[in-house]
Amino acid sequence: MPEAAASAIPSSSTVPNISLRRRLVDHVMTGLAVLTVILVLAPLAAIFGYLVYRGVGSINWAFLTQIPKPVGEAGGGMANAIVGSAFILGIASLIGVPLGVGAGIYLAEFGRNRLGSAIRFTADVLNGVPSIVIGTVAYSLVVLYQHHFSALAGGVALSIMMVPTISRTTEEMLLLVPQALREASYGLGVPRWRTTLSITLRTATSGVITGVMLAFARVAGETAPLIFTALGNTGWSRYVHLGLFGKTWTVPFVESNQPTAALPLQIYVYAISPYDEWHRQAWAGALVLIVLIVAAVSAVRYVVRRGTFGSA
Amino acid sequence: MPGPQPVESTKVIPPRERTAAPLLGSSTGEIPDRIFKVVITACGLAILGMLVLIVYELTSRSAASWHAFGFKFFAASDWDPPNEIFGAKPFIYGTLVSSLLALIIAVPLAIGVAVFTTEMCPKQWRGPLSFFVELLAAIPSVIYGLWAIFVLVPLLSAYVEPFLAKTLGWTGLFVGPMYGFGMLAAGVILAIMIVPIISSITREVLLVVPQHQREAALALGATRWEMIRMGVLRNARAGIVGAIILGLGRALGETMAVAMVIGNTPQIVTSLFASGHTMASVLANEFSEATGDVYTSALIEIGLALFLVTIVVNALARLLVWTVTRGQPARGHA
Repeated sequence: MPEAAASAIPSSSTVPNISLRRRLVDHVMTGLAVLTVILVLAPLAAIFGYLVYRGVGSINWAFLTQIPKPVGEAGGGMANAIVGSAFILGIASLIGVPLGVGAGIYLAEFGRNRLGSAIRFTADVLNGVPSIVIGTVAYSLVVLYQHHFSALAGGVALSIMMVPTISRTTEEMLLLVPQALREASYGLGVPRWRTTLSITLRTATSGVITGVMLAFARVAGETAPLIFTALGNTGWSRYVHLGLFGKTWTVPFVESNQPTAALPLQIYVYAISPYDEWHRQAWAGALVLIVLIVAAVSAVRYVVRRGTFGSA
Repeated sequence: MPGPQPVESTKVIPPRERTAAPLLGSSTGEIPDRIFKVVITACGLAILGMLVLIVYELTSRSAASWHAFGFKFFAASDWDPPNEIFGAKPFIYGTLVSSLLALIIAVPLAIGVAVFTTEMCPKQWRGPLSFFVELLAAIPSVIYGLWAIFVLVPLLSAYVEPFLAKTLGWTGLFVGPMYGFGMLAAGVILAIMIVPIISSITREVLLVVPQHQREAALALGATRWEMIRMGVLRNARAGIVGAIILGLGRALGETMAVAMVIGNTPQIVTSLFASGHTMASVLANEFSEATGDVYTSALIEIGLALFLVTIVVNALARLLVWTVTRGQPARGHA
């Protein structure tokens, strides 16, 4: 394996009859490779550094619990966008996860044929479709049908993006489950559906969850497909008045068929606005978003490391 | 969760079923099995359905524009919504130029990183290094855009663009007012975004180059770089090209970061300092405000064109990567 190669290479300077020019080229190329690594990691450090530098100071209790204030007023927050994002992602997961896992099971257990190959190829193709195009499709599927922008339309758009990723990783993980386990189960007289769900899928759980989390992390930051589906909202979609404990409580509410704020959308709108206060909030929102996503991705890596098939 | 629990599997099966199933050609498990297969197959078919749905929606909703302009739509460069005159050329130009610029910047960087992580760096660095590079892929597009507006663009307009204008101004590519926003900013931010894709796939491809190729080159007295160039890179050519094309596919469809820095003006200008527009960014900017059937359908036609181009590009890339990594569990080596 390549690991061995790197260590087994006699460093070029120990070999006597290598010309100076060739040794020089070797060193220069190594230097260039190191330089590329630095050039690639510099933006990463700059982005995270700036996010923390500009974002931390702006995250406070108000930011997390209030809705945006009108232009020109200081304060306010992104509570509705955070809840709205969670809501839209919830809808997307409700549609996308069962469909994706189901399709993955099909590919792994029944997909050794032409139809399976066609589906596999289609999933790969769908993975490469620009998210903005998925947005236009969700618009014409849901928004034109409902006659208004809605969280549901946003959820549908994101779910279309989740399914291909989830199905392909689910398939990969199910194929790693040893055939002997399935045979043992059949041997005990367990029907196929039960074997697939309770033995195969169960064994591959950690891997399947990894795929789901990766798909989730990927769509959590998506903005383009939400612009003309969820649209955004400067407040809550509705307030519900509840009489409780002898008082009337006004409870904010998000509805699936109303325009809904989302964190990435709000960041976009604030970032391109001309107001300093909004820029500040955009950075804070971005920090919240990236923390959520990095937490999800790190959790995935942790699960994979510990998981049954972590070594694969 | 450590493996299956055999105890559990026997617990859930009623004894009657357990003996009857294998002996009697099983009437027991058959109907649920059939239902299961139907449900699962439906999930699989849903993926095909999605593609069909996307194609159907895009073609049917763009029909009005197609009837009005035909092929001229892609050759005309006027974009005049109030008068309902639509030509997609400025957007096609913007998409191509920004993506090519991104490739020119990203390809050497990505290949350098991939070569360094697979062939040069100490073994214990490999994991963290590829983790950090792939972390770049996890950053949402809108955050790239935000960072680009407030950090990259001022940097470009204050230092990079004056320098380029002074040294390379004679090419005609680096002239005009230096606002920072424009094609150059879009290309740079796209480059940062596609490096992780190109480098992670290049890494996979390099890892499946047979070990004896490296050993043979070394045995002939090659230096490490000569070994990489002749033994590794040459063998992985097709796969690396595939990785680059996959990066191109991502760059073509990238929306938010580009829309936030490219300046959003539908024009064709040679200078990279000038603002432009891409197929994806015009959709993001104008779709929700588009009034009138022709306007909306012209935008959807741009979406359809973008969709078709990315499909062709991605299929080509997959094919190339597949010819190299075929039969090899490339993901396993990290």
